[in-house]
Amino acid sequence: MNLTIDKIALLLGMSLMLIGLWGGFTQKNLLKIILSFSIFDTGLNILIVALGYLPGRTAPIIDGSAVTPENLALVAIDPVPQALVLTAIVIGFGTTALLLAYALKLNQHKKSLDINQFTDLKW
Amino acid sequence: MKIKNSLVILLVMAFGVFLFQVYKQHQTQGSLNKTAAYYNTNTPDEVGASNVVTAIVVTYRGLDTLGEVTVLFLTAMIVGYILRHGGKEKPMKNNTSEILITAANVLIPGSIILGVYVFINGHLTPGGGFQGGAIIGTAITLMILADPLGSVKKAVLHITESLSGFTYILIGLAGLLFAGGFLDNRILPLGNLGNLLSAGAIPLIYSLIGLKVGTELSSIIASINETGNKTA
Amino acid sequence: METFKIIMMATLAVVMIISAIMAVLSKEMPLAILASGAISLLASIFFLILASPDVAMTEAAIGAGLTTFLFFIILRKTEQNSHEDKK
Repeated sequence: MNLTIDKIALLLGMSLMLIGLWGGFTQKNLLKIILSFSIFDTGLNILIVALGYLPGRTAPIIDGSAVTPENLALVAIDPVPQALVLTAIVIGFGTTALLLAYALKLNQHKKSLDINQFTDLKW
Repeated sequence: MKIKNSLVILLVMAFGVFLFQVYKQHQTQGSLNKTAAYYNTNTPDEVGASNVVTAIVVTYRGLDTLGEVTVLFLTAMIVGYILRHGGKEKPMKNNTSEILITAANVLIPGSIILGVYVFINGHLTPGGGFQGGAIIGTAITLMILADPLGSVKKAVLHITESLSGFTYILIGLAGLLFAGGFLDNRILPLGNLGNLLSAGAIPLIYSLIGLKVGTELSSIIASINETGNKTA
Repeated sequence: METFKIIMMATLAVVMIISAIMAVLSKEMPLAILASGAISLLASIFFLILASPDVAMTEAAIGAGLTTFLFFIILRKTEQNSHEDKK
């Protein structure tokens, strides 16, 4: 198997996603579940950025010497996944904050963070 | 319990197989696809920004960014709403250490200036509104840590946030009137590639996004930090 | 140069996967939160090698800084609640 940079990044992103998914299903503590969710998020971001990477190329920023307006399309990588991930990280922080606020509210009512204590809608 | 555990293992394994298909089908690309080639070829002429990622975030996909900032605003509002009955934390003795307070006084102005630098230069160097906003949010978090009893005025945060959001939409509408469409940056002259005052309205729009994101992140942290432990 | 990059990235990847397993399995909540912060910090180095400095800056400021801090605030508040219960 010949590993290149983007393949390592793909494998890493996938492993983090799987670990996050597994943790989210098996853990009992609400904070642990949210932590697993945020690991899943990081893995997904690495995966998307790795899909836009081209080996041997550089960042799509014109600096006047190595990257000029003329050769931008020849030496720079795909900028679209980066733009998507940029917003996805900020949104990820927003969802994590929302989940944590709900966890705090639940904790104020039940004095516990164990998911098995919340049986109100269980039947 | 046994059944549940094996179901989880089965589900994770199924997802793993699905991901492995993605990995197997992935081929290292040799050249850009059409969309990326368009952006990389035409950004210097059409938008005038050195940083192509900034050009995409602010201009080509400006509506996405507007929606994203709206989602963040809603998050800040909902966090404030669901934690509103918690009551203020009872004012304990302010036991912050002297070292933290002194260090915070030195570091906070520098961090805020770094944040402003990052979002004003967003069209020239790596960085921009989201990164600068996050740095400003970190500075205000440090302020909360150094003085937990509240030197952070939430009203100031809310007013800054609303004003910058409102101006952002006004600039977008100006693009509709004076240039090619909503959020078009060519309402101001494009200038020379690489100058600070270039790329039309991009520095203006990204500064507003930076202020908005920074105040939203700080108000999320502040409202979670202020919640007491009384049950509603 | 290319081989050096690959070795460095493989090392980073192994450390990140170990941190992720530690974050999920650890019984100590502060350790788990710090491991998750370490994942974000190493991920920002990863993004830098993948030629995306914009994403690296965002990940370092938000993932490693603000998210970790938020988890610690919530941990302190929930622990206070649990202690009140025990009294």
